[in-house]
Amino acid sequence: MATKIVMEALSPTMEEGTVVKWHKSEGDTVKSGETLAEVETDKAIMELIARGDGVLRRIFTGEGIAVDVGSLIGVIGSADEDVSNIGPTPVGDSPATPSPTETPSAPSQTTGSDTAIDHPTVQPSDGRVKASPLARRLATERGLDLANVSGSGPGGRIVKRDVISAPVGVTGAMAAEYEDVPLSQIRKTIARRLVQSIGPIPHFFLTTEIDMVNVTEARASLNAMGDGQKISFNDIILKVVAETLIRHPDCNAWWQDDHIRYFRDAHISVAVAIDDGLITPVVRSANHKTLRQIGQEVRELASRAKDKRLRPDEYTGGTFSVSNLGMFGIDQFTGVINPPEAGLLAVGAIEDKAVALDGQLVIRPRMRVTMSCDHRVIDGAAGARFLQTAQHMLENPLAIVW
Amino acid sequence: MSKTFDVLILGGGPAGYVCAIRCAQLGLETAVIEREKLGGVCVNVGCIPSKALLHSAKLAHVIQHDAKRFGINVGNVNLDFGAAIKHSRQVSDQNSKGVGFLMKKHKVTVITGTGSLQTNKKIQVGSDVYTAKQAVVIATGTRVKGIAPLGLDINKTTVISSDEALFLDQAPESLAIIGAGAVGVEFADIFNAFGTEVTLIEALPRILPNDDEDASRTINRVYKKRGITIMAGARVTKAAVSAKSVTLEIEYNGKQQVVKADKVLMAAGRAVNTEGLGLDSVGIQLADSGFIKVDNNLQTTAPGYYCIGDVAGPPMLAHKGSREGVFVAELIAGRQPHPIKYDNIPSVTYCHPEVAGIGLTEEQCKQQKKDYVVGKFPMTANGRARATNETEGFVKIIRDKKYGEILGAHIVASQASEMIHELAVARENEYTVEEVELAVHAHPTMSEAVAEAALDSLGRVMHT
Repeated sequence: MATKIVMEALSPTMEEGTVVKWHKSEGDTVKSGETLAEVETDKAIMELIARGDGVLRRIFTGEGIAVDVGSLIGVIGSADEDVSNIGPTPVGDSPATPSPTETPSAPSQTTGSDTAIDHPTVQPSDGRVKASPLARRLATERGLDLANVSGSGPGGRIVKRDVISAPVGVTGAMAAEYEDVPLSQIRKTIARRLVQSIGPIPHFFLTTEIDMVNVTEARASLNAMGDGQKISFNDIILKVVAETLIRHPDCNAWWQDDHIRYFRDAHISVAVAIDDGLITPVVRSANHKTLRQIGQEVRELASRAKDKRLRPDEYTGGTFSVSNLGMFGIDQFTGVINPPEAGLLAVGAIEDKAVALDGQLVIRPRMRVTMSCDHRVIDGAAGARFLQTAQHMLENPLAIVW
Repeated sequence: MSKTFDVLILGGGPAGYVCAIRCAQLGLETAVIEREKLGGVCVNVGCIPSKALLHSAKLAHVIQHDAKRFGINVGNVNLDFGAAIKHSRQVSDQNSKGVGFLMKKHKVTVITGTGSLQTNKKIQVGSDVYTAKQAVVIATGTRVKGIAPLGLDINKTTVISSDEALFLDQAPESLAIIGAGAVGVEFADIFNAFGTEVTLIEALPRILPNDDEDASRTINRVYKKRGITIMAGARVTKAAVSAKSVTLEIEYNGKQQVVKADKVLMAAGRAVNTEGLGLDSVGIQLADSGFIKVDNNLQTTAPGYYCIGDVAGPPMLAHKGSREGVFVAELIAGRQPHPIKYDNIPSVTYCHPEVAGIGLTEEQCKQQKKDYVVGKFPMTANGRARATNETEGFVKIIRDKKYGEILGAHIVASQASEMIHELAVARENEYTVEEVELAVHAHPTMSEAVAEAALDSLGRVMHT
């Protein structure tokens, strides 16, 4: 029985996808689970997986062609099966692009009952995820793709317990790692008035300058151990931010319209510039990771981000962002919050500056950081306390392990 | 007759006989051992005959109080409790025979006698010993019990249980019922309709203590209106039993009170039928509660010996036992049955109006700190209920605030027992209140109240 290949939603926000490369040609044998093609989504290049066994009989969408999610792009069938009544036209000189409104299942005519092995109106057996309405809601809430969940209900239907116990990487595990706190009346009023004042996310900014002498020394001695990957200032800043968030959970939160979600772990979104934009891969539970782990992870994520090879769960679920433009020599800047996160730290360059210290004019390496706060979640004093701790930690790096 | 089977089932009630049918369907050679009548308490002295009597009670009430309104003048009404009992017995006998017929149809062997368990999956019945190649299933059920320390042993004349109440040839002048769970409340309904002066005594603070408080309150009000005396939160401290009557001393509302009645009906708790089964000899342990200890697969502490129905623990409901019978049969046949959702078993009291519930009560939601929303729709606002003058009651749906999961549903209505299943199906399939509401409900039906309650929980009720 033939299986239709459709453009799947490979990221939560994907509306159309471009076939970058077909890994199989017409006539190739394919197995369920094998990679059929690479598809560029709005966020990354993802693999499109075969949902049935057989022979790749037809390709309707050529490389470089963008089609809407749900469009028919190919057919898998047995070698001798008549698939002529599935899909628009055979691939010819110019690749056919099904129009979004075209219903791929409508046969133009039937050629005789004996040839209609697979009635074209039959949905591919696995094109639809069987899940209870409650399971769907829970999955949506948790940002869980039901395609990755195995069902334990009748006929493999996904039910509540499957979603709750789904071991879907960090997203699922993270779900239990927060506390939802309903909004108090004062928070509701603050939120309403500030949104009226300056747009949907009422930012405010706090800037401080940090003395980097001790961090510079600490980093130099760590790197002098000469043991593999060097630690960057950015790695240290990420760790410090993670530890600071654990000490100030009021800044480690998501604005959720009718409540605030406070997280137990710090999942740090790291802004990475890529060719045509910006993406924020997430270092999960950075508070539990060593500097070296953070360093390795950031480099690995950044390199894959540049190749657009991040999985959706690798760039979602952050609880606080760090954006560093120090390498561009930027002294100080303000970053835009990455919702639903409530805070972001914009990190400037470390520069030698003349400062007055104990009545003496001295030259010290200094770094300016600016925290952007969503005022609905973080009040001025809370943000200030956060920055104070971060500053203290950077000026006394041993405090990280205090 | 062969004495070796694949499965031996001890007890032919709704758990045992259903288990036998499912075993037979799955190709297992099966025998049921029953010491009395097939169908057990349910068919013979429980669910079925009491429903026949409750129907008599309902008709008695309608004819006396409502017939005129509906344009039917009946003149003097004579109630004949004996005739009602006779009808109920016929129904029971037919049903029990029906079970016998089903056993024959499915080629299940029925062995009449009292079985006692032996090791190696054998059961002795009289001088015969039967062997199970695969499994023994214990489904011996529970029975009524009295309160011995108070002198309220069941003497079958003045201190009776449902077993005797279902065979009386006339309704007593006065009756005290101890225990206001489903059984007590149903018998109060029956005897009140047949002219008995009924006192309903419950130790817990309210009647139908396991149901939602709103349901208790409604039945409490309806019963009081009908002249039933209700003493909830009452403690029987002393009982004097004579040949003609019983005098109870009761601590109620902080005062010592005396209730005198022709008979006392014991409807508080049931005793587990585990004596004389030889459980010890095969290594089957009891739980602290007195029920047989079972694991998640309903297997006892002796491998190969399973236990289902009342004797395996609460809820003591026929439909729960039947489902366990199917589950165990499939397990024995090597299938992988879906786990039983014990939190999705409907409970029904067939008084008038009926009370049906599934899932959590509002009190339980509070205790478990659920974030919930209640949707409620009164039967007074339901057209069909008004047409039949059955406007007492409501449909109440408790939903999870965030996801709309149906945490519990409670119905008081003349057809509550039939209306609850929509919500049982919804819960089984994890529909939320929105799916319940989206399903088009026929008009006019009592079930429209279910859809309206779902809407109410969403803040969109239409007809109130």
